[in-house]
Amino acid sequence: MHFGPHLLLATLEGLVTSAVLALTALGLSLVFGVMRVVNVAHGEFFMLGAVLAWAITSAIGGHPALGFLAALVLAPLIVGAIALVAERLVLRRLNYNPEATIVATIGMLYIIQQLALTFYGPEARPVQPPFSYRILLPWFGYSGYKLSVIAASALLLIGTWLVLTRTKIGLIMRATQYDSETAQAFGIPVGRVYGGVFALGAMLAAVAGVLIVPISQAHYLMGQDPLLLSFIVVIIGGLGSLRGTVVAAVLIGMSDGIISMFFSPTLAKIIATLLVAMVLVFRPQGLFGTQAR
Amino acid sequence: MSEASPAKAYALHFGVIALLFVSSFLLPEYYHGLLARIMVLAVFAMGYNMLFGYVGLLSLGHAMFFAAGLYGAGLAVIQLGWSVPAAFAAGLACGVVLSLVIGLLALRTTGVAFMIVTMMFAQVFYLVILYFSVWTGGDQGMVVPQPARVLTFGATALDLTNPTVRYMSALSLFSLALLVTLAIVRSRYGRVLVAIRENEERTKMLGYDTFSNKLAAVIVSGTICAASGAAYALLFGYVGSNFASVQYSILPLLWVLLGGAATTLGPLLGTLFMYYVIDVTSGYTSAYLLIVGIALILLVLFFPKGILGTARQRWLGWLP
Repeated sequence: MHFGPHLLLATLEGLVTSAVLALTALGLSLVFGVMRVVNVAHGEFFMLGAVLAWAITSAIGGHPALGFLAALVLAPLIVGAIALVAERLVLRRLNYNPEATIVATIGMLYIIQQLALTFYGPEARPVQPPFSYRILLPWFGYSGYKLSVIAASALLLIGTWLVLTRTKIGLIMRATQYDSETAQAFGIPVGRVYGGVFALGAMLAAVAGVLIVPISQAHYLMGQDPLLLSFIVVIIGGLGSLRGTVVAAVLIGMSDGIISMFFSPTLAKIIATLLVAMVLVFRPQGLFGTQAR
Repeated sequence: MSEASPAKAYALHFGVIALLFVSSFLLPEYYHGLLARIMVLAVFAMGYNMLFGYVGLLSLGHAMFFAAGLYGAGLAVIQLGWSVPAAFAAGLACGVVLSLVIGLLALRTTGVAFMIVTMMFAQVFYLVILYFSVWTGGDQGMVVPQPARVLTFGATALDLTNPTVRYMSALSLFSLALLVTLAIVRSRYGRVLVAIRENEERTKMLGYDTFSNKLAAVIVSGTICAASGAAYALLFGYVGSNFASVQYSILPLLWVLLGGAATTLGPLLGTLFMYYVIDVTSGYTSAYLLIVGIALILLVLFFPKGILGTARQRWLGWLP
């Protein structure tokens, strides 16, 4: 292949990565923004989404689209419920103290990972895409499913944005983020908002996990990479900034796709991680962030 | 921290060291080897505690300091054919340089950002090890051959693969690290660090340069961790990239939290206890990560001061 088509392929692959990353990072950013909790177990919710998608599709059978749609609805709900229970049992009792919650979510990470290993096993398992249409470009055929992942992610992001800016739920969330004590004084049930936000964040990660399974198989350790990349996106994008999160996800996903294709995936990760650490060191509010912390 | 009886504190620490020395002759073979490993890893935990316990800086990247010592010493022995003391020094030097650089960069941030930055630098370090797999062996790691692990002083040769020599070397390193930590903690400098932990603004107003004090703490902490890593490479003969992974940044945090942060003997107690729990439970189940996870959550929920921290609060106010 010539350079042009090669670059196009790398760009498409990068966009798929960006789409999944934006969803995962948005969940992390919401939880971090509203609750001031760094959820280290976020990658495990992503993994749970993927693993549950495998379990649900293999339980249902029939046409692949049937099982996949069921997984797309059920897996995030289950993960959201798990997150809600974890929030009630652990995070709330810690009073959302930043350092204590980090240690606690590290604990959750290990528990979820071990349970996945015990009940699901160490092997990576594939899930059939709901449809196997290939779009024929002049130079190569490209998976229609991957393109639909980009579209689905865009729809979900727009949906989240509408909820945050146009609905009462979004208003309550923003009020809580802005000043939780005053919000409490105005009768907003801050505790319930926190529970809901934590579950919502986990569900976004789970949706991303379900979307990725037909492309890269479900594996119990698959949560590590998206966790780190999501941190990177959230930091570059700036806290609680939806626009920043999307821009940063596209930036990171594309550069990851392109550098990995032309050089090596490890080198791409080294460069991205180092750059972001430097951003955090020299510009802690992020590239698009408005509030300093 | 009452100042009533320094003699009592020193007696306790020398007592622990003496106990470990006597244990060498009493323990069955299996626990003898295990305890040597625990002592080396407890040094890692002590290095971590220096920063986390006494300065209150929660780092999620200390695996890189351990790995700097591990690879510094391991590569010097394997690739350059250096002698054991020179390799140990190389490991230490790597730790000093790395912690200086990381300290200068990461200390510009505070709180949550500090944790994430240290975690990212550690991840870069880990990926670099994988990237240069030609020299580092990548995720396979390297084995330090037995002939390279012999310490020669003129006519006498000390074979570090011999269990007794290994135990005594681990004990020497452990004792040294323990006494250094004790001395630092009891010194004027140690009290400045605690003051920074309790209220950095006020410490600054009292005229202390908090940045350089914290930087020094990062370097001391990183160097102790590197010493542990270098000793691990030379005593146990294995250098692997999993020691640089996030998990090895989290383990010392767990050990310190369990034993009691900001206590000199807490890291040893935490490491010992956790290893023992894993050792016992792995007889029944392979799910030791589950135990680690549950332990972390229960500790942070119900026992945030750890074993020795609680003991100090309730009964033993004089504990350093």
